[in-house]
Formats: sequence, structure tokens, C-alpha cells
Amino acid sequence: MNGSLFVNFPFIVVALLLALGFYTIGFKRNLIKVVIGVEILEGAVNMFIVALGYVKGGYAPIYTQAPQEAVGKMVLPTPQALTLTSIVIGVAVTALMLAFAVNIYRHYGTLDVTRVRRLRG
Amino acid sequence: MTTTIIKTTTRLLAPLILVFGSYIILHGHLTPGGGFQGGAVFASGLILLIVANVRDKVQELFEKTPLTQLESLGALGFLGIGLLGLMSYTFLKNAIANSGFLFGGTTPQGINPGYLNTGGTLSYLNIFVGTKVLAGLTSIILIFFLILRRERDEW
Amino acid sequence: MIEHLPALMVALPLFGAFIAPLFKKHYKGVSIWAIFITGISVVLSLLLTKEVVTNGIIMYVFGADKPTLVLPSGYVVPIRIMFEVDAMGAFMAISATLMSFVGAIYSYSHVKKDTGLEKYYALLMLLEAGILGMVLTGDLFNLFVFLEIAGIAGSALVGFRNYRGEASEAGIKYLMVSSVASLMVLFAVGIFYGQYGNLNLAYIAKNVSFNMVDMIALGLLFASFAMKCGAVPMHYWVPDAYTEVPAGINPPLLVATYASLYALFRVSFTLFANVVIDLARVGWIMSILGVLTMFIGVTMALIQKDVKRLMSYHAISQTGYMLLGVGVGLTVLHDPSKLAEFGRDAMAGGVFHIINHIIYKSLLLMTAGALFYVTGTRNLNEMGGLARKMPITTISFMIGAAAISGLPPFNGFASKFLIYETSYRLNPLLTVFAMVTSVLTLASFVKVFASAFLGPPLEKFENKREVPKPMIVAMLILAALCILFGLFPNVVLDKLVYPAVDALINFAQYHSWGGLA
Repeated sequence: MNGSLFVNFPFIVVALLLALGFYTIGFKRNLIKVVIGVEILEGAVNMFIVALGYVKGGYAPIYTQAPQEAVGKMVLPTPQALTLTSIVIGVAVTALMLAFAVNIYRHYGTLDVTRVRRLRG
Repeated sequence: MTTTIIKTTTRLLAPLILVFGSYIILHGHLTPGGGFQGGAVFASGLILLIVANVRDKVQELFEKTPLTQLESLGALGFLGIGLLGLMSYTFLKNAIANSGFLFGGTTPQGINPGYLNTGGTLSYLNIFVGTKVLAGLTSIILIFFLILRRERDEW
Repeated sequence: MIEHLPALMVALPLFGAFIAPLFKKHYKGVSIWAIFITGISVVLSLLLTKEVVTNGIIMYVFGADKPTLVLPSGYVVPIRIMFEVDAMGAFMAISATLMSFVGAIYSYSHVKKDTGLEKYYALLMLLEAGILGMVLTGDLFNLFVFLEIAGIAGSALVGFRNYRGEASEAGIKYLMVSSVASLMVLFAVGIFYGQYGNLNLAYIAKNVSFNMVDMIALGLLFASFAMKCGAVPMHYWVPDAYTEVPAGINPPLLVATYASLYALFRVSFTLFANVVIDLARVGWIMSILGVLTMFIGVTMALIQKDVKRLMSYHAISQTGYMLLGVGVGLTVLHDPSKLAEFGRDAMAGGVFHIINHIIYKSLLLMTAGALFYVTGTRNLNEMGGLARKMPITTISFMIGAAAISGLPPFNGFASKFLIYETSYRLNPLLTVFAMVTSVLTLASFVKVFASAFLGPPLEKFENKREVPKPMIVAMLILAALCILFGLFPNVVLDKLVYPAVDALINFAQYHSWGGLA
């Protein structure tokens, strides 16, 4: 129990963050808080991908001034590349959502999600 | 919305941040970093300059910089480097590595102290992506800043 | 040059999209540039389809020494990003490029009065590049990246008219649904990467098994792609997004929705093809989802007053037809006698319905855009008697309404007939629902026709004339395609649809990279 909890700790944190992200998207009333909820969700998925790439006793895949015993034991750089791409996409999505929120405030006068509802039916 | 502390700190700190950002972009093939990371650091230096100045000065300073053109230049450069590989291989092939061109020195195998002249198309791609990212992020924050109504500046 | 076509098809719209912001204030120049680039991409996609139908699957490995070098020397797993084009992908690529071209022609005069047009055309070409990347790729993470590109470009275009508050509301709703769905796709991709160490679609399909984690990944992928294409429990973003977007962007936005449907088919048929046990159950779920979507879509459409909102609910209901047709095929995929008997024809009906629906729904939405351009309103209660003033728009609307209701000799009849016949073999109740939906569709379009076009002309429309020429040209191209596909469905079925269906059924060809390894 002790060993498996310590090794699986990142994945437990990922599950907690996913739950927190979905709760914020579904139950908060301010539009900015909903946008922050999407960001929390994105952070959770990024952390999941990085945590998948852990190899016990591995070294970072950089040859510049690496220590001598690192030659045969480097990890693959793929999960880091995936996470980097996902972070960039997250920046673009956040910027666009905040731009929409600014425009909604200018036209509706409120940021309450239950009152921004002219399109219905 | 600026104070004396921010203005003094910016005068000392902003050039350092810009140089550090360029270092991260240029050494992307040797140390951790690369196009997006270096571009984001460079953009935060420029954003510090935006935050530390009065609204009118920011408008006159940034109206002269061609941010849209820089962005298009970075993106078109990326596509152009990709099309270089179409000559005899596939799209985005590293056709400059181990040839004699700029950034095209021979790559040593194994552990080495890091030579800047290697890397091939990777270095060019880093530079173009860094240009595009800094132009893009700065114009986002600039537009948000210019939308704000005029606050009572303290300096 | 032919062997570099898959890379050029994505590079060309990107090139167009990066040059477009440089045309500040020259709005006419940037419109002509957009029409030029999308026209060249139509030609390229036709060349690609001809190549794929005659020669089989085309592979393109990025960054290798030759385009077909899937396994370099010394490696037993594929390590580079590759594009794997089969007949289904080429079919979707034709519809994507054709609809972007028609949308660019229509937008030449529809958005002339708006400002910021260089960003509009840049986003249009980025949307096209995103859709093309999504349908041509053979790598799971690449699918996620292009899915996000299409989602961001699409939602920026939904909120383009920012002098209306409703456009920003629709935009943020679409963006939120799109980004949450894409994040769940990334989660499933992470699960696959953690188990198999590789991201190539064919490689994962050869090694996937029936354990708990893979089934969780299948469930997440199915739900996320169904969310992005407007299937029923998650359809709330579709009417808002399709109403507020400028009418020239409706064709590419429709194709973006159906590219997610393509991704759903790719996951069900190719990725999980070897997992025999539960595939029939997944097929039943798809068929039931299709029937629900059809019915709820058309019943919500009957009570609308806004003409574009009514048409978007019909778009939801027609998606149900495609899900029903392909779901019937998925249910009998591993049963060879039933597959040859009606499964293959059901899938052909579903896939043919994709391109038919894109053509006539774009035609109808463009006529709604023409009504908005002339009268300035979208409310059906305020329009009337426009048939004398706008004759060509009236004829296009009649052709589109007849096609969507399934009347012969238009193209809707051909694909709907295939779906009726084959779903009857699986379960007669499904056919009953499909036919009732057709009748209700016809009813609601008769209502729109009567209130917008027939009747005595109102005085406030006294001096309105027909819409400008580029909009007419775009509408007539699509109306001609409706009639052509309806009169000669065999040509389209043999050349485009049956190769696509066979590419989905014969998954062994995809798994071995077209015979290369």
C-alpha cells in the first residue's frame, strides 16, 4: 500500500484536478471562473502526459555536457514534446475565450452565466 | 497604473529579459528551450515594457513596430524551410545538417560540450517560431491593454 | 510532384492564411487571393483522389529520406509523423476544398460591408487547413492538433460580427465545447501512448486488446467525437453557432463538423477493428444515437421563428441519418454474410449522405444568408412575398428543400433510399423513425417557403433587388451539383463512395501501411 501510493501519486493528483476542473466549469456563475476551470482541466491533462514519461533511473535526453553514466539510459523526449504542443494550444484557447468574455461584458453588462442567455429555444 | 518601483526595475531588468529570451531561442538544439519557450520569455520582457509605461507612450512606442508583419514573416519562414526539403527528400527534412551552410556543421556523436554551429534546419525553425510567438503574444496583450479605459496614472 | 501531394495540400492553405493579414485595407485584393488559393486546392484534391482510387493507399512520412520510408533501417516501430491517405480521407478532402471554394466565392460580396476582412479570410484558410490535416493524417496526436486548429479557427469566425452581443455568446459556447472535447481526446491519446509507446494509428490498431484501460479510451474517444459533431445529448452548441456565423462560413463549418464524424468512423472501424467482442454493441449504440438525433432535431425545428436556427436544427437531424447508416454497417462488420447483403450498402448510404447533406445544407444556409442580406432580418414573421423580387434565390431554395426532404430526382432521395432499405433489414422500427423524420422535414420547409417567399409583397421590400452576382454563382454551383448527383447517382457511388466504404471495411490494408511493412 505504501509503495503503490507513492508511485501512483501523480495520477491521483491528475484525477483530483480533473474533478475540480469539471466542477468549476459546471457549477460556478462567473464567466471568468468558468474559463479558469477550462485551464485547470488543461493543466490536469498535461500533467497526465508528463507523468506517463517517468522512467526510474533515467536521465534527461540532452547530450550537451551530460554526466558520463547517462549515455545508455536516456528517456525518450516524446512526452515532453506532446505536452509543449498542448500548452501552446491552451494559451491560444485561453486568449480567445478571454477576448470573447470582454466583448460579452461590453454588450450584456454582466458576466453572470445565468443571465447571458439571449439565444434560447 | 505605474509606480516608481516598477519604472526603475524595468529600466534595469527589461534588457536582461530580452537577452535571455534570445539566448533560449538560439541554443534550442543544445539545451532545453527552443522556439516557443524563448519567444514567450522575450514577449514577457516586452509586456513588462507595456505595463511600466503610461498609455500614450505605449501607443506611440508600439505603433511603429510592425508586429503583424513580423508574425507573417515568422510563419512564412517556417513554411519556406519546410519546402526546402522538397528538393530531393520529403517536406521538413533536415537538409542543412552536416553540409557547409550557416548552422550546418557536423554533429559530434556522444557527450560533447555543445557547439552552436550544428543543428541544421532546427535552428532556423527555432528562430522563425520564436519571432512569430513573440509578435503574437505581444499583440494579444497590447490589444487588451489598449481597450482599457484611461485610468488615473500615478506618474 | 504527385508523391508530395499530401504535404502540399496542407501547406497551401497555410501559405494563403499567413499572407492574408499583410493585405491591410485592400479588401478586394484579399478576397481574390482567397478565391485563388481555395481554387488551387480544389484541383489538388481532385488529383489526389484520382491517385488514391487507382493506386491504393498513399503514405507520406515527414522528414524522412523518401516519402514511403515507414520503417527506417534498424527500427521495428514507426517513429515519424506520417500521413496515410485512403479513399475515405480523399473523399472528405474533396468536400472540404470544394466547400471552402464555394464559401470564398459567396463571401466576396456577403461580408463586403464588414471591417477586418483580412483576418476573416486568414481564418477561413486556417479552417480549411485544419480540416484537411484532420482527414489526411495517420497519427493520433496529429489528429488532436488539427482538431484544435479547426476548433479555434471556427469559433473565432462564429464570433466574427462583434457588434452583436449574441455572436460572442455563441462563440464562447462553441469554443468551450470544442476545447473540452479536444482535451478528452488528448487524455485518451495519452492513455494509448502510455500503454503502447507509439502514436501511429496503424501500429496501435495492430496491438490493441480488450482490457479495461483501452475500453475507457474507446469510450472517451467516442463520446468526445460525438460531442463535436452534434449528436443528440450534446447538440446545444449547434444552433447557436450555425446561426451567428456569417453565411459564407457555413459550408466550411459544416465540413469541420463532419470531419469529426470522419474521425469517429476512423476510430470505430480502423482503430478498434480487431476487438471483435463488443463491436456489435458499439454499432447498436451508434444506430440508436442516430435515430434519437434525427427525431429530436426535427421536432425542435418545427417551432423556430428564426430561419437560420430552423435550418441548423435540420442539420442536427440529418447527422442522425449518417450515424444510422454507418451504425448499421458497424453492427454487422464481423458477420460476413450479413455484411455483403446489407452492411456495405448501409455504409454506402451513410457516406453518400455526408456529401449530399453538405451540398444541400450549404445551399439552404446560403439562401438564408441571401435573405438576410436583402431584408436585414432573420425573423420569418417579418418576411413575405419575396418570390417576385429574388427569383434565383427562390429556385435555389426550392431545389434545396426538395433535396433535403428526399424527393426524387434530387440527391437526397438516392442516399435516403439506400438507408431506408438497409436499416429495414436490421430492425424495421429504425426505418419507421427515418421516414417520419423525412415527412416532418418536408413540413417545416413548406412552412419556411410559404412565409418567406409566397404571399403578397410587403411595402418595405418595395425597392429590393436580387443579391449580387458572386452569391448567385455560388448558389447555382451547389444547385447544379444537387441535380447532377440526383440524376446520376451511380457515377458518384462507383467512383467515390464505394471505394471509401471498402477502405473502411478492409482495415487490413490500412494496418499494413498500404502493403509497405
